[in-house]
Amino acid sequence: MADSIANQEALELKITHPLSEMAVMFFRNHAAVAGLALLIFIVLFTFLGPFIHTTDPFEMVWAPFTRPGEEGFLLGTDYLGRDILSSMMAGGQVSMAIGLAAAVISLVIGVTVGSFAGFYGGAIEEALMRFTEFFQVLPTLLFSMVIVALFGASLLTVTLAIGVVSWTAVARVTRAEFLRIRELEYVAAARAGGAHDGYLIFRVILPNAMPPIVVQANLMVGSAILFEAALSFLGLSDPNTMSWGQVIGSNRPYILDAGFAVAIPGFAIFLTVLAISLIGDGLNDAFNPKLRER
Amino acid sequence: MGFWATIAKRVGYGLLLLVAVLVLNFTLISIAPGDIADTIAGDMGGADASVIEEIRTRYGLDQPFYVQLWRYMSRVAQLDLGHSYFFNTAVTTLIFEKLFATLLLVFSAQILAVILGTVLGVLAAKKPNGAVSLTVTFLSLFGFAAPVFWTGILLIILFVSIFPIFPVAGMFDVTVEGGFFVQLIDLLHHLTLPMITLASIFLALYSRLARASMLEVLGTDYVRTARAKGVPERTVLYKHALRNALGPVVTVAGLQFSAVISGAVVVESVFSWPGLGTLALQSILARDTPTIMGILFFSSFVVIVFNILTDIALRLLDPRIKSG
Repeated sequence: MADSIANQEALELKITHPLSEMAVMFFRNHAAVAGLALLIFIVLFTFLGPFIHTTDPFEMVWAPFTRPGEEGFLLGTDYLGRDILSSMMAGGQVSMAIGLAAAVISLVIGVTVGSFAGFYGGAIEEALMRFTEFFQVLPTLLFSMVIVALFGASLLTVTLAIGVVSWTAVARVTRAEFLRIRELEYVAAARAGGAHDGYLIFRVILPNAMPPIVVQANLMVGSAILFEAALSFLGLSDPNTMSWGQVIGSNRPYILDAGFAVAIPGFAIFLTVLAISLIGDGLNDAFNPKLRER
Repeated sequence: MGFWATIAKRVGYGLLLLVAVLVLNFTLISIAPGDIADTIAGDMGGADASVIEEIRTRYGLDQPFYVQLWRYMSRVAQLDLGHSYFFNTAVTTLIFEKLFATLLLVFSAQILAVILGTVLGVLAAKKPNGAVSLTVTFLSLFGFAAPVFWTGILLIILFVSIFPIFPVAGMFDVTVEGGFFVQLIDLLHHLTLPMITLASIFLALYSRLARASMLEVLGTDYVRTARAKGVPERTVLYKHALRNALGPVVTVAGLQFSAVISGAVVVESVFSWPGLGTLALQSILARDTPTIMGILFFSSFVVIVFNILTDIALRLLDPRIKSG
């Protein structure tokens, strides 16, 4: 008896926490680590950069369209003679903040809809999935353009407009996971133990459904950044703030003379979303070791 | 349930979705600050309260919400999407004028993306560690991460400014004169860059999907059986495997139509392509609510139609799909 307990203790010592196992898997993926490093760099650049490079992004500091590297402007100046390096920092803050906030909104909506649909099934599932389908039918960009046009372009409306149209994928992923997990024995056990629905949904099933939701949420930050960029490129963003998409939109009439003023902010968006999707791939692999072969 | 019964059910459900779009449209307009009367009064350079009241009465804005909603829906049922006060034309006329340009762009881009994506995916699946496979991986990262308007602008810089072989904007060149074929070539010349730009977003998705489903199918028993009985590899790949691997690509391509239309809005703006997206942006900037709502309604209609068509295509491709 004492022997077997000792054996068990020895076994338990070897069992690592699943999260640390995932971390090991994640850090073995070079592309994902590169993505993480890139993202950390971009976040530091946009949020700490302005403390080092203090030029006001809205101030006209030199002749318009100074080429990158000339006159001491690392990334040149835009059509109004504003420092592009500063606008990249200021714009990145707005782009990333909106991307994150919009992703949180769609995560909350999507997880709620998906978990209730998957948990209850039947008429509730039918109704919720029809509701989801309805939002899939609306062309997302057009719909959010309409919202912004009707309610005015402010940071809040833009964020809400993006969040409200992009939750359908999360809802579907969440529902699929709930459908799978609710049949498992530990759920039946918890139910037999007298757990009420709220406990089952949020404490028993949801934590186990998290991996694919986390992957989806991560990708959603990326697509929300792209979404915001598209809206502000079209001129539908808060005119009092600066975002990467806005810099592209406002410099766009001059692309044939000064392509860099458009290429640079676009590259910033590209790098950020690339970093996010590399991290997403890494998370996906870490959560599903079996799928790595693909 | 039979094939046609299923389709009929889908169509009926599509109509329901359209009604829901209308209700949403109308609710949004009602809760948004300001109404048509304010906009018209604003365009007139201000008007006193009695005039604004008169406009409200004339447009029925003094009626309760459900009356207005009912009137709106019955007008739409008669194919009347209202009157644009910015363009001073019926909204349906405006939409039908621009429809061809958008459908041409959307279709050509989708077809290009599906065909090229499938070819790339199949080639990549043949050699999972080969150069094509690597290209597909790279492409799918780029396709997701690059903002579509940026891709378009880079193409403009490259092919208009550096190697001037494509026109920068529009659909036709007014200086080009000639018969049908000259016009057609001019159109294709203008279409090339917008089409490639729009296809670039979806090419990535389709090639990755085609590769994954091709790899999956190539691992199945019937492919092994086909190979074991000596069927030529070419036949195995293109007859046995490809047909089954196409399912997911067709499904996703069909479901992407709403995303393709969203992408087209941006691409049209980049290339000044005279389609629905350009019209939508113009009417939004002019606060021309009937036109905006008409376009939102109409594009949802197009998406629903394509979802149903995709469903039919899938059933024809794979008769095993259960009805229901």
